[in-house]
Amino acid sequence: MTALAHLGGTPPTTPAAPAPDRRRRHRLLPYLLLLPGAAWLLVFFALPLLQLAAASLYDPAGSLSTGYAMTWAVGNYPDALQAYWPQFLRSFLYSAIALVLALLMGYPLAYAIAQKAGRWKNLLLVAVVAPMFTSFLVRTLAWKTILSDNGALVGLLRDVHLLGPDGRLLATPVAVVLGLTYNFLPFLVLPLYASLERLDPRLLEAASDLYANPLRAFGRVTLPLSMPGLIAGTLLFFIPATGDYINAELLGTPNEYMIGNVIDSAFLVRLDYPQGAALSFLLMAAILAIVFTYLRRAGTEEVL
Amino acid sequence: MRRWLADRWVMGVALLVLGYLTLPILVVAGLSFNRPSSRLSYDFNEFTLDNWARPCATADMCDAVVRSMEIGLIATVVSTVLGTLMAFALVRHGFRGRSGINGLIFLPMATPELVMGTSLLALFVAAGVPQGFWTIVIAHVMFCVSFVVVTVKARLAGMDRRLEEAAMDLYASEWQTFRRITLPLVLPGIVAAALLAFSLSFDDFIITNFNAGTTVTFPMYVWGAAQRGIPPQVNVIGTAMFVIALLLVGASSLRGRRARRAALAVLATPAGKP
Amino acid sequence: MAQEAPAGDLRLADVTKRFGVFTAVDDLSLTVPQGSFFALLGASGCGKTTTLRMIAGLEAPTSGRVLLGDRDITGLRPYKRPVNTVFQSYALFPHLDIHENVAFGLRRRGIRKVGEQVERMLALVQLDGYGRRRPAQLSGGQQQRVALARALINHPQMLLLDEPLGALDLKLRRQMQIELKRIQAEVGITFLHVTHDQEEAMWMADTVAVMNAGRIEQLGAPADIYEYPASPFVANFLGQSNLIEAEVSGHDADDLLVTGHGYRFATPLERARSRQGPVWLGVRPEKLHLVADRTRVPDGRNAVSGVLTDICYAGVSTEFLLRTAWGQEMSVFTANNDPDARLVPGVEVTAHWHPRHSFVLPRDDSAGDDADGSATRPGATGGGRADGSPADGGVGVPPQRLEAAT
Repeated sequence: MTALAHLGGTPPTTPAAPAPDRRRRHRLLPYLLLLPGAAWLLVFFALPLLQLAAASLYDPAGSLSTGYAMTWAVGNYPDALQAYWPQFLRSFLYSAIALVLALLMGYPLAYAIAQKAGRWKNLLLVAVVAPMFTSFLVRTLAWKTILSDNGALVGLLRDVHLLGPDGRLLATPVAVVLGLTYNFLPFLVLPLYASLERLDPRLLEAASDLYANPLRAFGRVTLPLSMPGLIAGTLLFFIPATGDYINAELLGTPNEYMIGNVIDSAFLVRLDYPQGAALSFLLMAAILAIVFTYLRRAGTEEVL
Repeated sequence: MRRWLADRWVMGVALLVLGYLTLPILVVAGLSFNRPSSRLSYDFNEFTLDNWARPCATADMCDAVVRSMEIGLIATVVSTVLGTLMAFALVRHGFRGRSGINGLIFLPMATPELVMGTSLLALFVAAGVPQGFWTIVIAHVMFCVSFVVVTVKARLAGMDRRLEEAAMDLYASEWQTFRRITLPLVLPGIVAAALLAFSLSFDDFIITNFNAGTTVTFPMYVWGAAQRGIPPQVNVIGTAMFVIALLLVGASSLRGRRARRAALAVLATPAGKP
Repeated sequence: MAQEAPAGDLRLADVTKRFGVFTAVDDLSLTVPQGSFFALLGASGCGKTTTLRMIAGLEAPTSGRVLLGDRDITGLRPYKRPVNTVFQSYALFPHLDIHENVAFGLRRRGIRKVGEQVERMLALVQLDGYGRRRPAQLSGGQQQRVALARALINHPQMLLLDEPLGALDLKLRRQMQIELKRIQAEVGITFLHVTHDQEEAMWMADTVAVMNAGRIEQLGAPADIYEYPASPFVANFLGQSNLIEAEVSGHDADDLLVTGHGYRFATPLERARSRQGPVWLGVRPEKLHLVADRTRVPDGRNAVSGVLTDICYAGVSTEFLLRTAWGQEMSVFTANNDPDARLVPGVEVTAHWHPRHSFVLPRDDSAGDDADGSATRPGATGGGRADGSPADGGVGVPPQRLEAAT
């Protein structure tokens, strides 16, 4: 079988002629695929935000029954802040404390599952996700039982004098922060786990081979490489925790109310829409400001 | 000894944290067998099987569960279809305005639920739409779509394009390639996305609370009952949900390692950071 | 078995493929005769896989035409072409068993009764009885054979193989090379084999096309290319060569005479691709003989002297590195049958060879980088090997010898 291949032998050349209608169909296809979903998000996510912005500038003298007039009442914002700054601050304070607690608990957990669990990995992962299998509210109510004045935990803490004889856990800031930490911990752990799982253990061996002690190896290798997961997890924890009002309502008292409780009552009890809208926007602006400052500091905007 | 400790302490901490995460579920399961001393008591009192024997003793609660399931199913189907289409467009096609679409998908996941709930309420009120079953469905589809997109996208992006090229090389037309190769391979991702959407919808309280009108879903029922006194059957529902979800995970893990890994990979990225 | 389709060579006519500003394939024209085993050889990124994908229909040329026989298939969808591909990582469908993988093409063409054909095809690739397994349960070599069966069962006019053996270890690769040649002889289908492994290309194909930067540098039978490379790139990508900078100084009746670094070399006129100006004088390392005593160089031989700097023992042969007075390292391979004990590092030696083993290539002074004359190892020029397999690794065994030894 001798081949007689040769260079050249050129037939007349015409440029390749792609089927034009197939090309056109292909160009349109992505827009058709995107259309229903994007339209849904535009109408029921983006448009409502605009409406909320408008509502925050309505005349505060109006009411739901008499109707609201658009008066560009920018004053709604300072008024709302004036009235509810303690709840506002408390929201960020509680979620910040909860975030620190969650990092202290979540990092070792994610690390252990990703790097140390071996064949138990999947089981442990299921255990992390498991709480989300049942109702958020029912689980939060379970903390009422755990932290109850007649419960074993409070009894134990009283016995070792960490709590006074009348000391309580329920209806205190401690209960609210514990609840927040518990409820949003999995959102921190899972992205962190995903990052740490990709970490090649040989990198740590290489680090220790190159004279890094375990602490240094962690600081110079593990931590930087888990940064994307850490950033994502932090945001996924912090954003819902700050806007949460279920924990404050169920585990706390009005003294522990966060901004969510105020907004909830503005819209559903007091029916003061302009104020509720203004507070919602302030919350979102504050969260976005913190998120972007944080991302800029962390230097990884691609997580968004 | 120091080495042993150094190797094990991380695992020890991890197990303690897991305990913290699991404790409330155990309490819920325990309370489902409890006869409370009074309507407002959350403490263990007396063992009973009554709650399991008559879970619908409080009729309102079971109505709410059924309603939540209806809403969940509709929202799941709609959001899964919309989200899957978007994921295909994002992974498989080039188009103008990609970053805008990505932003539109990402923002709902980064916006506090509270803000989404209140803004939808403002829109419905301004547009004069009466709130109820369908406004809940609309809201749920809205916040589920992003999670579906992210989940399906991850599965799709991890798929080897050469498999589709190979199919086309082997005489499969575009449609046959999609039907025989792409769809079967992406299906685990779509199923996972649907399960995620259902659980998000079934469990949502905050957004629902602002858009429910007088309609009562299960979380709304629990919220209302928390003020008046919780019937112990709530814990039966909570426990049952947990067991069913666990069985689903177990069943998927019996269907081979690949499926299980896919399921876990999806669970591990609910927030969409693949 | 095959060839129910009308006879047809594959022709690429002025085919160009650009990705943005990058030109992957540059005005390529090429004919692959029907029934041949044709290898496209080149380093990664040279455009060989893009060429293959344009033939398969997975990529549309920016300009130019693809013809199969008399048919212009340039705009045809992949599933409309009588061409099948064995993909680099096999691309077996993970959710289908082996039987269904192999039957896939038949079923898509509406053939109902596939069982017997699939069995026969699995037997051809020696996988009888594996039909119910999933791809993941098979070894790399077995997966490779499934990919082959899945393509061949369709009796394509042409089979495209995209680095089909790249993922296999050396021993398995050797086995599959024999297997592929056997199957090609049996079915008589045109095989177009894309590879970066020069040894594999020479060993399997009856025609090799060496590609570089989107163009074909040389095309021909393996021995012709090896013995008389067309460019410094080919001289060092296919095996290795000693290239000495020289100037043409004249010629006599049969030989071209060149001078370089104070030496005069003769080359038969028919082995000179340039007869004036600056040139490269080339010679393959295995053509060189070493003598410790300069006066013992036979008359009429070309010779270069230098100091031995290194001796690498590689079993079948030994590579000597000779540093010339102008600092070039020349490579010399000798078979290990009567090692000369006087050849140790540091001694002055002379390498000599018959003029008919020389070849002369034009030297473009401006393009000194791609023809680094001192390069003696293939890794040093020619883009390098992607995998560094031992076949042409650092020890520098000439391919033919390794073949003879295995």
